[in-house]
Amino acid sequence: MTYDVAVVGAGVVGGLIARELSRFNISVALLEKCNDVAMGTTKANSAIVHGGFDAQNGTLKAELNVKGTALMPKVCEKLHVPFKNNGSLVVAFSDSEMEHIKVLFDRGIKNGVPGLSVIDRDELRRIEPNISEKAVGALLCESAGIVCPYELTIAAVENAVTNGVEFIRNCEVEAIEQGEAYTLKTTAGDITAKFVINAAGNFSDKLASMVGDNSIDLVPRKGEYYLLDKSVGNLAVHTIFQCPNEMGKGILVTPTVDGNLLIGPTAKNIEDKSDTTTTPEGLAEIVEKALKSVPIVSQRNAITSFAGVRAHPVCDDFIIGWCEKSEHFLNVAGVESPGLSAAPAIAVYVREILSEKLNLTEKSSYTETREAPVRFRHMNDEERAELIKKNSAYGRIVCRCETITEGEIIDAIKAPAGARDVDGVKRRTRAGMGRCQGGFCGSKVVEILSRELGVPMNEITKFGGESKIIYERTK
Amino acid sequence: MTNFDLAVVGGGPAGMAAALKASEEGIEKIVVLERAETLGGILEQCIHTGFGLHYFGEELSGPEYAGRFIKLLEDTNIVVKTDTMVLDIADDNTVTAVNKTDGLLKISAKAVVLAMGCRERPRGALSIAGSRGAGIMTAGTAQKYVNIDGYMPGHEVVILGSGDIGLIMARRMTLEGAKVKMVCELMPYSGGLTRNIVQCLEDFDIPLKLSTTVVATHGKERLEGVTIAKVDEKLQPIPETAEYVPCDTLMLSVGLIPENELSKNAGLTLDRITNGPKVDEYRETEHKGVFACGNVLQVHDLVDYVTEESQIAGLGAAKFIKGEKISGDCIGTNGINGVRYIVPQRINRETDTDVKLYFRVGAVYTNASIVVEANGETILSKKKKKLCPGEMEYVLIKKDVIANLPKDSVITVRVEA
Amino acid sequence: MEKRELVCVACPLGCGITVTLGDGGEVLEVTGNTCKRGDAYARSECTAPTRSLTTTVRVEGGKAYVVPVKSAGPVPKGMMFDCMKVINQASVKAPVKIGDVVIKNVLGTGVDIVATNNAE
Repeated sequence: MTYDVAVVGAGVVGGLIARELSRFNISVALLEKCNDVAMGTTKANSAIVHGGFDAQNGTLKAELNVKGTALMPKVCEKLHVPFKNNGSLVVAFSDSEMEHIKVLFDRGIKNGVPGLSVIDRDELRRIEPNISEKAVGALLCESAGIVCPYELTIAAVENAVTNGVEFIRNCEVEAIEQGEAYTLKTTAGDITAKFVINAAGNFSDKLASMVGDNSIDLVPRKGEYYLLDKSVGNLAVHTIFQCPNEMGKGILVTPTVDGNLLIGPTAKNIEDKSDTTTTPEGLAEIVEKALKSVPIVSQRNAITSFAGVRAHPVCDDFIIGWCEKSEHFLNVAGVESPGLSAAPAIAVYVREILSEKLNLTEKSSYTETREAPVRFRHMNDEERAELIKKNSAYGRIVCRCETITEGEIIDAIKAPAGARDVDGVKRRTRAGMGRCQGGFCGSKVVEILSRELGVPMNEITKFGGESKIIYERTK
Repeated sequence: MTNFDLAVVGGGPAGMAAALKASEEGIEKIVVLERAETLGGILEQCIHTGFGLHYFGEELSGPEYAGRFIKLLEDTNIVVKTDTMVLDIADDNTVTAVNKTDGLLKISAKAVVLAMGCRERPRGALSIAGSRGAGIMTAGTAQKYVNIDGYMPGHEVVILGSGDIGLIMARRMTLEGAKVKMVCELMPYSGGLTRNIVQCLEDFDIPLKLSTTVVATHGKERLEGVTIAKVDEKLQPIPETAEYVPCDTLMLSVGLIPENELSKNAGLTLDRITNGPKVDEYRETEHKGVFACGNVLQVHDLVDYVTEESQIAGLGAAKFIKGEKISGDCIGTNGINGVRYIVPQRINRETDTDVKLYFRVGAVYTNASIVVEANGETILSKKKKKLCPGEMEYVLIKKDVIANLPKDSVITVRVEA
Repeated sequence: MEKRELVCVACPLGCGITVTLGDGGEVLEVTGNTCKRGDAYARSECTAPTRSLTTTVRVEGGKAYVVPVKSAGPVPKGMMFDCMKVINQASVKAPVKIGDVVIKNVLGTGVDIVATNNAE
């Protein structure tokens, strides 16, 4: 069959676009080269919903950031994804930085950011008790928040699939042939579609070049992070930024929606787009700079470190619009920070552009909410007892650190666009996300995946491809 | 709500020994709550021998050692609930647990014994840079894959950490046909038993690289190699010594941490060094009627000592339930000068028992003395040919010595080199 | 004459022992040990070293895929891998009980391979 639209890339942008398009009477395929959604930039970033004062006035970035942030609480509510409106601070450590903060304030006001104010040292210490004594003041943005980017993507794609979108994983586009429709030559076979939406993240330049468009100029930029234990999750109340520089917004210290503390990122331009290795220098830099904001942060509480690569566009703005070389090819590229914040608005914006060339009529059967997944750890005794009565799989705790039941893991595997690997289960349920990092439950999760998917344990991977957890039988 | 005299959290060697001891002491209604599908705890996957030399006077494998206690338990009226996870212990010692058959369980107990064991320190705590592909696992996870599930977790292996689990896995993987390239140890000495260094490494020509650590991992999907480097006196890697070692598996054996989430939620304060609750001579925590024993209290080197300690806790719990446990003015204990910690952390002055003070030293000593002092006087001094951090030591203090110490005094134990 | 250096494993002390061997491999002298057990260990280690062997064996028709086993007594050190080959080819029918003999007199050593756990 020929799809009306093929969305290439199941990150937060592609995922929310697919969900937006699933409202209409068109056929949509969402193609992902990895074994799961949210495997690129979406998986490893700061998980921040920015206010929108960073981007220059009049840019697409500024417009979509402010709109996206305004849409975010509602989207999260419909998809049952935790969102916390914790507010953000840009902290100044000198009078000259205070000047810069005033520049950010003015820019934010022009961008239409609600809830902005410049606060002094005393107010800063009152609302952020662990802030460095050297901080002299800050820009407070009450409209900023935090959200888990892969949870949002998982929920969006789940919802899209429920509404008829076909999710095709392990499907890397290798070439595109143009005829009456596009034929995408992929690692999962040929896929034809009348329209292609390029949401391929770091690889959107490569995808565009397959239709002769070489205009997208991206610089891969790596950011490293430390994730700290929940026991120190309350060291920061707000998302704490330092004054931005030319490489980005600097090292932040922020709580996560799950109650951990996240510090990072570094910012380093790299050659290899898939280089998500952490480095000793990078990790040292995070700690050194985070200490400047919150002097009692310690890497001793680290439970893991990771790195993500974002696609920094040389033009310094999102690249969203019809490709000049191919009529029905729509680029959604260069979506670096605040891409997560902007994503809900990007989805709407892309739909509006698409409707110029494709007739979109609303479906009668559209379900805009995703059912809330079972979260045993958030339940009280009565709810737990009731749940186990209905399905005894919720009576077995698999992940001790995070209190995750076998039932939740089975749900994650059976969900639309469900988990196929250990990291997929981890992102959907938090099993293995705690302080033992899967030491106890890792092999249990492999067992459950093997049973539910009907494949031998040694074919289960950490995240697809050759990332096999174990090899052959011992005997 | 079900009523029991004693609820034991954990059915490994510690929980079983505590439950059995309490039962011997005449406690009627005992329940053991075990999260795994079988009793025995981590011993089930420790198929090597070396267990039981002190307690049984013979060399047993882990499952055999556990098996003896499981058998004893079967002959009592102790209730065992496996596949059952304890979620909470309330102030009034009500235990909340879940399993598939009973659903949500509420157990009201007069006394509770915490015996949850410990877990392995994961990679995150080490800050090893590099990729995060498959093939990096703790030695215990690898042990489960090989010994319980019957799968090879890797073919070319580097092991970081020379504690006994790391050494045992070096031999185990070699016997199953894997190539173990080396065991790296951050410290200038191994934390494992000499016997294991000889029989698990030297027998198979596996190099033990002291003062060496893994600084980076390589390989996007599955591990392809690691970078190792020597460390200086401050344990910091020396960049010029970096060396690439191809391998598909990195096993971590870098320490054990008592599993005290329940204890913390129950409001117990933990000893900064042991990471276990603070206890008295019967292993009663600061919370009345809540006892702790085994690796949840302090990481032991030998299961025989776990059994011994758990019997003390079982006896204490039995005394508590019968209203016979002494609980009054306490004297403190403190490890100084090379003695890292002491368990128990406090002793009732009017105690009815002689008390063994368990401790570990912070470095290797030869021909040193252990000196015990209180109230400005030396209580005892004991010569030791060798002391090392890998091995738990103890000194015995007589109850009349304790009774004669003034209120608020502290017994200190130190090493005299 | 040959001198061999050993670290004693009889107890945690880990004494360094020097064994002097004659041309026929016979033990002439043991020095450095601090007890009798060290002497015995050194002599056996230089003349006929043995090890106890622990591994798993395949279970047929049971819930578990493998069951742990051990050599009921020590086997010659040099035969460990040969014993592994035999054990890896063997299997045992469920149910298995602790102490069940899985392989009798493995490779003529006079030592049995026995199960060290139950398997349903």
